[in-house]
Amino acid sequence: MSLVIKNGHVIDPATGLSAKRDVLIEGSKIARIGNRLAGDKAFDAKGCVVCPGLVDIHVHFREPGQESKETIASGSRAAAHGGFTSVVPMPNTDPPIDNAGMVEFVIRRARETACIKIWPSACATKGRAGKEMTEMAELRDVGAVAVTDDGSDIASSWVARRVLEYADMCGLTYLAHCEDASLVEGGAMNEGFISTKLGLPGMPKAMEEIMIDRNLRLAALTGAKIHIQHVTSAEGIEIIRRAKARGVRVTCETAPHYWMLTDEAVTTFSTNAKMNPPLREAEDVAAVRAAIADGTIDCIATDHAPHTVTEKDVEFQIAPFGIIGLETSLALVITGLVGPGVVSLERAVALMTRAPASILNLPVGALREGGPADVTVFDPKAEWTVDPEDFASLSRNTPFTGCGLHGVVLLTVCDGRIVYKRG
Amino acid sequence: MSGTARTAWTRKDLIGIEDLSRAEIELILNTAPQFVAVSARESGIKKVPLLQGRLVVNWFYEPSTRTRTSFELAAKRLSADTLGITASASSMVKGETLHDTLANIEAMHSDIVVIRHSYAGAPHILAQRHPSHIINAGDGCHEHPTQALLDAFTMREHFRSVRNDPKAELEGVRVAIIGDIANSRVARSNIWCLTKLGAKVILCGPSTLMPPFIAKMGVEVSKDLREAIRDADVIYALRIQLERQKSCLLPSLREYIRLFRIDKESLKLAPKHALIMHPGPINRDVELAAEVADSTRSVILRQVTNGVAVRMAVMHLLVNSGRIMPAAATQERGA
Repeated sequence: MSLVIKNGHVIDPATGLSAKRDVLIEGSKIARIGNRLAGDKAFDAKGCVVCPGLVDIHVHFREPGQESKETIASGSRAAAHGGFTSVVPMPNTDPPIDNAGMVEFVIRRARETACIKIWPSACATKGRAGKEMTEMAELRDVGAVAVTDDGSDIASSWVARRVLEYADMCGLTYLAHCEDASLVEGGAMNEGFISTKLGLPGMPKAMEEIMIDRNLRLAALTGAKIHIQHVTSAEGIEIIRRAKARGVRVTCETAPHYWMLTDEAVTTFSTNAKMNPPLREAEDVAAVRAAIADGTIDCIATDHAPHTVTEKDVEFQIAPFGIIGLETSLALVITGLVGPGVVSLERAVALMTRAPASILNLPVGALREGGPADVTVFDPKAEWTVDPEDFASLSRNTPFTGCGLHGVVLLTVCDGRIVYKRG
Repeated sequence: MSGTARTAWTRKDLIGIEDLSRAEIELILNTAPQFVAVSARESGIKKVPLLQGRLVVNWFYEPSTRTRTSFELAAKRLSADTLGITASASSMVKGETLHDTLANIEAMHSDIVVIRHSYAGAPHILAQRHPSHIINAGDGCHEHPTQALLDAFTMREHFRSVRNDPKAELEGVRVAIIGDIANSRVARSNIWCLTKLGAKVILCGPSTLMPPFIAKMGVEVSKDLREAIRDADVIYALRIQLERQKSCLLPSLREYIRLFRIDKESLKLAPKHALIMHPGPINRDVELAAEVADSTRSVILRQVTNGVAVRMAVMHLLVNSGRIMPAAATQERGA
């Protein structure tokens, strides 16, 4: 059985291809990329972009422990709906994924229930407690692709240093959630005029910048590779830019809400404007956009963080942090970055495919003859209005409800199987 | 002057002063004197039937004596039925959500729900979804609108009296607010209210208790008490939480007193006519020396008296505007 995706604008940043081509899929592999190809079945992608399946190296699928928010199954369907064929779920589940058995559990659940590729990450420290390292070599051997205590940072510089050294020896990248928690007391939003006006406890940008700086100094000290998660602040970006110039082995990501929204979104006390790090200010949004344009920010991730309607439908200060993002990410990239000319369509695709895959050496994110048939087809011009009721995610916590966006995923193929088809 | 006479109240709720126009604030202030008169009736019958048959629910998630009593009296003097729900007995402990609790209250046909909550925004999110008239009686560090209204009313009443000008407004009056601004909803509501009414506001307090970018609210900020009160017409002392030193916000109360207490000594630097105010309850001899609190310059108890009248005015406007004011009757009431 073969499938040919015809007449599409094929963009593959890995090979630099950006032209009208047909893509022929046979079994789980891409058989050919060329012109006038034929197959058993055809999908007409006229006017659409055909690209490698999107890759998101920062999602929360909540399994095990919080399956009412999301599961590996529902999260993978949400991913497929958003055009993603590879994701890296974070290990801050309940219990956390800090030993080989837990990693094997995720891999088994993925095999049994997921429609896309799940690349598990594991904790950097046991129980995410920031005290003792996990058995990283074994975690790697059973399939973990990175280590992280995401959700919090490692407070002790001693431990953070040893984690970086040891992870690098194991060939694993440490994904750093940069937050000096000791600088914050009950923080609920960005510290600034809006937090002052609303009387909400603030989370100053310095909270993030102090730890970006510390972590990069430790990376420089140890020579280890490090990836900075969800960068939001202008100064934080500047610290990364300077470290890159000095040759520190650092990559970083940001998420769509950090270039789409500011802390003004909190003025309605909408808990879907509450995430960590928090929405910042206009100058930071501008800096995030500029850093995406100049390559300081290496890739786009969503930090897809599902919470149930009930959990979010509470007073702002006690609501959990986080929003979902898998089903809006591509459209927010097209609407917020490609539309205004921050990046080209080709670069946008790179930020969501080859770039994140290469940060963690994942063997995906490219369209290669003989390679895995992970393919996404989307119409970059089509308009839609965000309605969370249409989401495959179990959760609904998006701040973009009602927004008119450009970019609709029409087809997602993972290992040659159609995992999402519109209509 | 302002078009107060033609302004009609059209809001379902009173959530904060930030949203209000000057005309709306003046409407409340101008509605209050008739209720001051009700409470001061020579007959001793301190009651009018404006809210007869209505249910006012006082829903307090935080301990409060003054505000709660004031709202309860205001409702009773308007002939409403009142019901009190306290935090400790309540749902937070049982895990019921805020919306569910209000839905249950509303199932018993509440008309006005007065809510005090330790988290900013709680009245706001309730007002958006529920049909009751919501009055914010203080939400976290955000707003305490009726306090600001009664404060402005008390200032205006005072200046009208001493200047012998029944039309005097707060335009140009200088108000120094002293103390823990960061954690004060009273300060925020007063800043909005006073600046909208044309007063000048100067804030003064420890830098650790001064929130960032507060000057963008249209106020001056001073680190020096002497400078702050030098030209003040009103000195408004805020309550200082006694445990601030535990979270490293103050070295000691002793040091706070040394720098920021309003007492005979510091008042030597202020104009003789400067009025002393405080939202209560006072920590005697901490933020305010007893001799000052009890002096003739202090209108602290007048604030309390006026509080009932201002809250009567607010409740009356919220419930009855649509009925008695033709202008409002034609406008759709938000739900």
